[in-house]
Amino acid sequence: MRRNSLLERIRLVGRAGLDVLAASGRSSIMLGQALVGRSGAGKGWQLLVKQLYAVGVLSLPIILVSGFFIGMVIALQGYNILVTYGSEEAVGQMVALTLLRELGPVVSALLFAGRAGSALTAEIGNMKSTEQLSSLEMIGVDPLKYIVAPRLWAGFISLPLLAAIFSVVGVWGGAMVAVDWLGVFEGSFWGNMQNSVQMTDVINGVIKSLVFAFVVTWIAVFQGYDCDATSEGISRATTRTVVYASLAVLGLDFILTALMFGDI
Amino acid sequence: MSTDSTYAVELRGVTFKRGERTIYDNVDIRIPRGKVTGIMGPSGSGKTTLLRLIAAQLRPDRGEVWVNGVNLPTLTRSELFDLRKQMGVLFQSGALFTDLDVFENVAFPLRVHTKLPDEMIRDIVLMKLQAVGLRGALDLMPDELSGGMKRRVALARAIALDPQILMYDEPFVGQDPIAMGVLVRLIRLLNDALGLTSIIVSHDLAETASIADYLYIVGDTQVLGQGTPAELKESTDPRVRQFIKGIPDGPVPFHFTAADYREDLLGRR
Amino acid sequence: MQTRTQEIGVGLFLLAGLLALLLLALRVSGLTVGQHDDTYKVYAYFDNIAGLSARARVTMSGVTIGKVTAVDLDRDSYMGRVTMQIDKRVDNIPVDSTASILTAGLLGEKYIGISVGGDEEVIKENGTIRDTQSSLVLEDLIGKFLLNSVNKDSSDK
Repeated sequence: MRRNSLLERIRLVGRAGLDVLAASGRSSIMLGQALVGRSGAGKGWQLLVKQLYAVGVLSLPIILVSGFFIGMVIALQGYNILVTYGSEEAVGQMVALTLLRELGPVVSALLFAGRAGSALTAEIGNMKSTEQLSSLEMIGVDPLKYIVAPRLWAGFISLPLLAAIFSVVGVWGGAMVAVDWLGVFEGSFWGNMQNSVQMTDVINGVIKSLVFAFVVTWIAVFQGYDCDATSEGISRATTRTVVYASLAVLGLDFILTALMFGDI
Repeated sequence: MSTDSTYAVELRGVTFKRGERTIYDNVDIRIPRGKVTGIMGPSGSGKTTLLRLIAAQLRPDRGEVWVNGVNLPTLTRSELFDLRKQMGVLFQSGALFTDLDVFENVAFPLRVHTKLPDEMIRDIVLMKLQAVGLRGALDLMPDELSGGMKRRVALARAIALDPQILMYDEPFVGQDPIAMGVLVRLIRLLNDALGLTSIIVSHDLAETASIADYLYIVGDTQVLGQGTPAELKESTDPRVRQFIKGIPDGPVPFHFTAADYREDLLGRR
Repeated sequence: MQTRTQEIGVGLFLLAGLLALLLLALRVSGLTVGQHDDTYKVYAYFDNIAGLSARARVTMSGVTIGKVTAVDLDRDSYMGRVTMQIDKRVDNIPVDSTASILTAGLLGEKYIGISVGGDEEVIKENGTIRDTQSSLVLEDLIGKFLLNSVNKDSSDK
């Protein structure tokens, strides 16, 4: 068995494929055992509140600030393009549609992966390496129910709300730039927006962020739960969370967009 | 099958593999009830694995693990969680929950498994903390404690539900002599006062031998020797002697298995 | 103490999130509650509907009273058929009203404007507006203008 023989390379490919399969199997089992069945340790509501705080409330500042800036930037860029066609009133429509359909769900999911996802992975990984998870098991508490499940739910609930807040703040920022600064007539800014934005756009955005919430949280929690219980393993798992979650969000966004807006 | 048999834990013909590597091969270990039993062996010999087998956090590839008359590998996940209430484990790092203070850490098992009123939980927690001498540390967070104190708080938490079996994973590692003395005394005291069965996994020979009633020496997938500390000191088995006397080379070789030295240096490039 | 502030924070967060969703629905998308029950369907046939698409506005005197839900080709007459949902509150459109395809600004979006006729009878559910004015196609307009000036030149001689 030479190290660089063709056969050896094929073996490595096969090995990588098997690893991926095994990881997806383990993560599905984790998800199933965490979310299905009796909650065990009671007082589930308190645990959820605590995680909603850590995952949702603490992500608010970054979501608010980025949403505001992104809305302002779209308004500026959009105005510069639209003004050459003399239809700068459409800037409201542009800001709202861009935010609702794409940037709201996607950027907030990416920020969420970086802020809350990495924190979830690091926290659970740390609990694993300090044997807190084993310790819970020995006390007779299922860590999947006590640690994993509330974090999953908190992620599922938080991200769609964060995305909605992101979009609202973005529209507000866009309105500030367009109306107060660039002098677009306020009535046509909002009127154009309301005429062109459909309820389906809002709903599609929410569906997107629900899917992203599920995937990002799942990846983050699984990476923490499955990591090597060493400090090196935790840092690698944290990196993997951000990379995998971001790639998953962007890939899924394309698929969802194709499904939603592909053939009108 | 009754719980009052002389052995609290019995491993019968247990084989455990991690990947390709065999950690235990057809091992029999019996832990006498009400005694302090030490399980010793060189680092990397799978002592912690043994604890996890007894706690059913790992499943043996073959063999039976009987705890209080129940064969663990046959239980379901939820039955296991119920059974674990009879066991306490003191992990190497203490494994305190970092987001809870000392009081809540000790109160945690009580809150989860009992419906006791708050005042009663408070009384029990105070008693357990008093037993380990840390009643004054009630309001501290785990990261404000020294390593030795963490372990004592973890000990208080492990005995909160009055388990029948208490396991210690490397309790003496990284402790200053005073903290070590405190722990040794506590383990013995708790064992006798609460009528526990204690299992100590350790490679610190002197401390373990000073409190254990019975010792197992494991290594090389086998039980190398067993007996009271005095018996083991007189053992003629070369592997047991090497471990007890701390001889660098012997049946456990100094060199990790490798190709021929001369050939490695001069031979193929 | 700590859990109290956390609970308050989470409560505010949840409220803010729901409020944001509500704002998106009402302020941004201009949702009027219960669209489908409160509208009725009206058809109009145009020679040329170029540029008009579903979701376009339907206005009367500049006020939006409905929207276009479908644009398709009528196989028999080769005309473009536009399906509109008109607000039930505007149930008094005379049958001889005119529907025209208009443009917002020079290059803006197309929409339908309805100018009121004088008949007593009003359009019912699934009714049709007979009198229509097609989309203004810029190329046709320029072509006509050029043709006119050529004709003028030749008649002057």
